[in-house]
Amino acid sequence: MAEIPSVKEKYTGKIEEIAFGNCIAGGADGMPFLSFENTLKRRPIIAGEVVDDLTDYPEMAAEMFDGRQKDPVGWANMWKEIGADMICIRFPGAAPDKKGTSPEDAAGIVRRISDKTGLPVMVIGCGIADIDNRIAEAVGGAMKGTKVILGRTEEHEYKKISAVSMSNGHAVLAFSNLDINLAKQMNILLTDFGVERNSITMDPLMAALGMGLDYSYSVNERIRLAALSGDRMLQVPMVCDCTGAWDVADAMSTDDPSLGDAKHRVAWWEAMTALAAMLSGADILIMRGPGAADMTRVYAEELTGVS
Amino acid sequence: MATAIEFFKLLPKTNCKDCGQPTCLAFAMLLANQKAKIDDCPHISQESKTALSESAAPPMRTVTVGTGKNAVEMGGETVLYRHERRFVNQTAYALTVCDDLKGKALSDRIEAISSLSFERVGVTFAADMISVKNVSGDPVIFAEAAKAVFSLWKKPLILESDDVDAIEEALECIGKMRPLIYGANAVNLERMAALAKKHGCPLGIRADDLGSAADLSARAKAAGTEDLVLDLGCSGLKRCLEDHTVARRAAVKKKFKPLGYPLMNRVGSGEYAVAMAAVSTMKYGSLVIFDNLESYEALPLMTLRQNIYTDPQVPIQVKQALYPIGNPGEHSPIMFTTNFSLTYFTVRADIEKSRIPVWLQIVNTEGLSVLTAYAAGKFEPEKVSEVFEESGVLSKTDGPVIVPGLVARMSGRLEEMIGRKVLVGTNESKQIPKHLKELTSQ
Repeated sequence: MAEIPSVKEKYTGKIEEIAFGNCIAGGADGMPFLSFENTLKRRPIIAGEVVDDLTDYPEMAAEMFDGRQKDPVGWANMWKEIGADMICIRFPGAAPDKKGTSPEDAAGIVRRISDKTGLPVMVIGCGIADIDNRIAEAVGGAMKGTKVILGRTEEHEYKKISAVSMSNGHAVLAFSNLDINLAKQMNILLTDFGVERNSITMDPLMAALGMGLDYSYSVNERIRLAALSGDRMLQVPMVCDCTGAWDVADAMSTDDPSLGDAKHRVAWWEAMTALAAMLSGADILIMRGPGAADMTRVYAEELTGVS
Repeated sequence: MATAIEFFKLLPKTNCKDCGQPTCLAFAMLLANQKAKIDDCPHISQESKTALSESAAPPMRTVTVGTGKNAVEMGGETVLYRHERRFVNQTAYALTVCDDLKGKALSDRIEAISSLSFERVGVTFAADMISVKNVSGDPVIFAEAAKAVFSLWKKPLILESDDVDAIEEALECIGKMRPLIYGANAVNLERMAALAKKHGCPLGIRADDLGSAADLSARAKAAGTEDLVLDLGCSGLKRCLEDHTVARRAAVKKKFKPLGYPLMNRVGSGEYAVAMAAVSTMKYGSLVIFDNLESYEALPLMTLRQNIYTDPQVPIQVKQALYPIGNPGEHSPIMFTTNFSLTYFTVRADIEKSRIPVWLQIVNTEGLSVLTAYAAGKFEPEKVSEVFEESGVLSKTDGPVIVPGLVARMSGRLEEMIGRKVLVGTNESKQIPKHLKELTSQ
């Protein structure tokens, strides 16, 4: 039989590991799922999304949670039952034009989610920097001793969240806008500020299927290849938010019957976004739909070779 | 692929210009970029020529299925990652027609496959091929079915059977249409290869693993057939990802010829089949044959294929046009932005989120984003006003015009030119819903 030449790459770099109790992110030393070069048998982490305010949350997604989406703690627990490894909570309700969830309320919700599920939590605010900083501060203090991910730091707004995370032993989520150099720049800013590399997770913006996924897929691959080739400033776990799939008109449209069942379609839209994310290097996937999250977990297990 | 210097060493180095290039080095650089053929040099020695054709041959063969304008090309890939260079030939998708279908059942089936078609970003997505599968076990029935499908389906065909007699019978009817024969295996390989050679058709090889695929492709080549497509026998996602990666790396980086052919997968239908196809589409598959594909599976899968196979250096663009969003009326606001598809989709999604009807005017900026287009002089008040004129949007509504926040400085000049109130919008698309709501509540 013909001998196949060895195609194993000799990488010099390895992705940092961040432990959230038993749940560990990162650690890869080869391209995703390639057992012949990536010695790590660890599948990507599935983070189920929970929000504190359903105003802008798609109804089609809400219907899939059987009423439990009305209470973030019960909702998070449902994610645990579905098989999620982590909870990603967003606080759109903290915006002043919404119900105005206070930082203390937010911290209470995170605490109760953590106590109820025992799962690690990622906290993303409402997108308004001042409010998000205060949420991070309250959550950071309330969760001292239980490592959470505090988000999202950006190029011009990272000091407060970073300081809170350093003084309470948490990790930060470093956001950058679809560009390997910006992603690296963020990690340099954070480490210069004093955040340890093993406390950084990076979010290079996962564009959804049909919404620029091609850019994200290649940015992710380039980030991971550079990290494995020794660029220390890119050797941190990658977070990919796949929920953008629910913003795509083609994914959810019910106007055109020739596109087929919308619930199945949007599940695939998000699951395929997640598949592209994990084949290009994602270590943590934020998921919205329970069906998509389940498919993603099963495929991730199979690709990793663990179950 | 050899470098320009490697090519240069083998050239006569006389700078005679007979190849049309000023110097041998210039010619060598074209060769390295696959923009010239070795035969363009009339003075090259036979030994050099042999050496050069070997290194100039692409690491993966390009295989054509079908004929004429509907022919599908597969393979010809030269890189591992799409950021290095554009992937050349996108993954083809085939659906199955079993040869026990007849008459109306058969035409209904083909009609159903043809109707699996979508329009996205100005591109039509559809199934590329039909695989006629020999479930009857009867060569004559198989050939009849192939003929019947051919009369109704204008795109390429796959003849799916490991029965040499059935393939031979079918090729007698439709061999000149260059169907893919699928396939050959360890037992029938030489006989299938002879048929492929006789009819000039590409041959799909069904192997058990990487090693047997390499052996079988070498046997086929020895039998005189080189237009091959390899099925590595991957039954699951992990093997598909790993074995496809090994094959592609071996071909591209190690110049390992026995695996330098397009890869294919035969899947069934349903969720797992679609997941296999998604992995194969991202990781080096050139053809996936399904039993069946639902439209809610096909649209996301074909969108994934479009994303993976776009040229990373050429942005996807949408058509310059006026896009009414949410049934806008005669007082609805007008927004405008560039034709970079990512900008368009993001802005569109955010407008939809606001639930406020808007006239969205897309301006052709050759795919550049807002700031880049403005800097390049392709997104200026003159141009915008011209496009407004062309679409007649100003006569459809008396609503205000909203300028993208990033190019707020064009608002004064634009207001002057169109004689309509111009407001400055948000810097970021995600703030559009909030801005629109504030605007309409005033």
